[in-house]
Amino acid sequence: MAGKWLPVAEITASGRPVLFPGEIECSIISSVDLHSEENPNFPYFKAGILILTTHRLLWISDSAPGTATAVAVPLAAVNHIFSLKKSIKSIFASPRIRFQVSAAPDGKVDAGGSNLAVITLVLRGKNDHEAFVSKFWEARRGRAWESESSKSGSGSDVGGFSSREGESGWSSNGLRLAGVSGILRKEQEMWESTDKSLQDAFQDLNALMVCLLKIIIAFFKKQKHFAWSKQSDGSHTHSFCSSAFKNDIKSKRKAKEMVMLAEKMRQKLLSGPTTQSGANDEEMGSKQEMQDWMLSVGIASPVTKESAGAQYHQQLSRQLADFVKIPLEKAGGMINLIDIYCLFNRARGTELISPEDLLQACSIWEKFDVPVMLRKFDSGVMVIQNKSHSDEEVFARIKSLALKPDALKTGLSASDAAMTLGMAPAMAKEHLLNAESKGFLCRDVSADGFRFYINFFHEIDPSDLYFVKDYGTYVTWIKTTIAS
Amino acid sequence: MQKLGDFKLPNFFNYPPYFTLQPVRDTRDKQVQLWKELILDYCRTQKIFVIGPEEEFPLFSNPVIENGTLSHEAREAFLSALVSEGRAEWMDKGHKKCLILWHRIQDWADLILQFVRENGLEDSVMTVEEIRSGTESRGTGVGSLRYPSLMDYAELHGMDRTVLMRALKNLEHKGKLAIFKGTSTDDEGVKWYWLFPFQNMEFQMQIS
Repeated sequence: MAGKWLPVAEITASGRPVLFPGEIECSIISSVDLHSEENPNFPYFKAGILILTTHRLLWISDSAPGTATAVAVPLAAVNHIFSLKKSIKSIFASPRIRFQVSAAPDGKVDAGGSNLAVITLVLRGKNDHEAFVSKFWEARRGRAWESESSKSGSGSDVGGFSSREGESGWSSNGLRLAGVSGILRKEQEMWESTDKSLQDAFQDLNALMVCLLKIIIAFFKKQKHFAWSKQSDGSHTHSFCSSAFKNDIKSKRKAKEMVMLAEKMRQKLLSGPTTQSGANDEEMGSKQEMQDWMLSVGIASPVTKESAGAQYHQQLSRQLADFVKIPLEKAGGMINLIDIYCLFNRARGTELISPEDLLQACSIWEKFDVPVMLRKFDSGVMVIQNKSHSDEEVFARIKSLALKPDALKTGLSASDAAMTLGMAPAMAKEHLLNAESKGFLCRDVSADGFRFYINFFHEIDPSDLYFVKDYGTYVTWIKTTIAS
Repeated sequence: MQKLGDFKLPNFFNYPPYFTLQPVRDTRDKQVQLWKELILDYCRTQKIFVIGPEEEFPLFSNPVIENGTLSHEAREAFLSALVSEGRAEWMDKGHKKCLILWHRIQDWADLILQFVRENGLEDSVMTVEEIRSGTESRGTGVGSLRYPSLMDYAELHGMDRTVLMRALKNLEHKGKLAIFKGTSTDDEGVKWYWLFPFQNMEFQMQIS
């Protein structure tokens, strides 16, 4: 139904929108109704989350992510935004934002359509609607969708960003994109796809290199008032000041461009500085240093406090739920919270989140229907695990491990279990302690640390200490240990 | 089967977790039970009456397993469990010595009574030491039945003096005997009373 009038927007399993390449979120407000007053057939979208991006106006229903609907109004289709009517009535009623869109003859909103329709947004939540309207104007004026379509046409250098990897920091074929190995792998992929055109793209490389280096240094050190002037290749003037790191659309796009430039640089750097005669060697510094700086693998649209406002933790929470899926699988269904903190921040690159934010984002998961959950062990260790994770299954595996002859003789240590179960030693230790508390295992404390044995105390009868049943774990243990 | 002297050790004595105090409650309860029984068994067969947790005690270490020695905390725990059950008593406030009652005081008292009865020692006077050495009774009354019981002698023989005195005091409270100090300061004497009025009558009937 929705698709008839408005194009449907793709969302992830956790309710986050799937953004186009280069699409950046600008503002998020909740409790928004979307409808068309003049058209009775137009569906009334009630109480959803409205996300303004550089390309579209997204509306996502605020229900469980599995059943959410999401629609989008391409900004390209927006012809005019009506100014807010200020009247006595409007002070008490929820603010309404009206804008005119182009539509096709059948009524579907379409940038190239000849008909016109008016869509109304009713902002029922406590939001700064005036700020939103100004952002709306800005986004529309920025016409980001146009520059993107021309860029993708050339299809040369920024291949890395046109693939849908941004959100999660993981490449499309599941390989990690962080760290030096990630950088090298990305480079490999890119060389395979765009070979010659890369070389052509960098003619005036010398000057570009030096200037880009200066930009990188300034960007990471957050210097004030760093400006460089027009280059011979015609790139436009940028001026960086500390206020450049505020989250308005302009600086976000600059930041995005920054990262793109950095990518270009890195490629050239890694391919070997053979053509760099007369380059400032001390500025080039060590390749290693540059590589360290290049460790950010961007999430193209980091959810930030400003763009989401009160929604910050909610959206962060959903983004985190999406991100967590792949590392969770790799780690065997359970991953330390600290590890996720590192991975997530590394993938973000900029706009790092604090540990408190992470914790809060995880605790919000209970309210949504996401497939992951936060769990705290008795020892205090906190992990993220799949909801489908079953403790019983792990216990069964541990039990069978503890019944092996070696384990019967000398017990299990956390590292033994980690190797066999395929998880981190810290996780394995938690599982072993958990199994102990359920009575499957007993511990033996020695100078080397803990070792765990299968528990058969309950099989021994205190009134007859010498009697051994001929079935059960006790007798197996006796037979195995005597054999050694 | 492993042995400690001539004492046969059960299989689980070589199970390393047996020598580590288990943190999980249910497991620990089981472990404590096993240790209690083992301690009582060992003390009964080796006639050990006192354990000092800080001293060497062969049962508390197992050279076969690595780190096979009970920690002080563990020993305290097991001995305290025995005390709670009434099978042991701390002899001092500092918990340096523990009296192990592999027979309860009541059981000892009954054994002594049985010994006295079977040897016709009622209404006689004995020294405490004589009871301890389990000597045969000196005199016999007419009509008394004598069943010298090796087991009885064995049990009483070498009995710990403290335990014996406790048992005798127990019997004194019940009116079975009277304890008095002997002429020498070394030993105390015991005067046995008529234990069964029934037996008395029988005697009298016989005479008449």
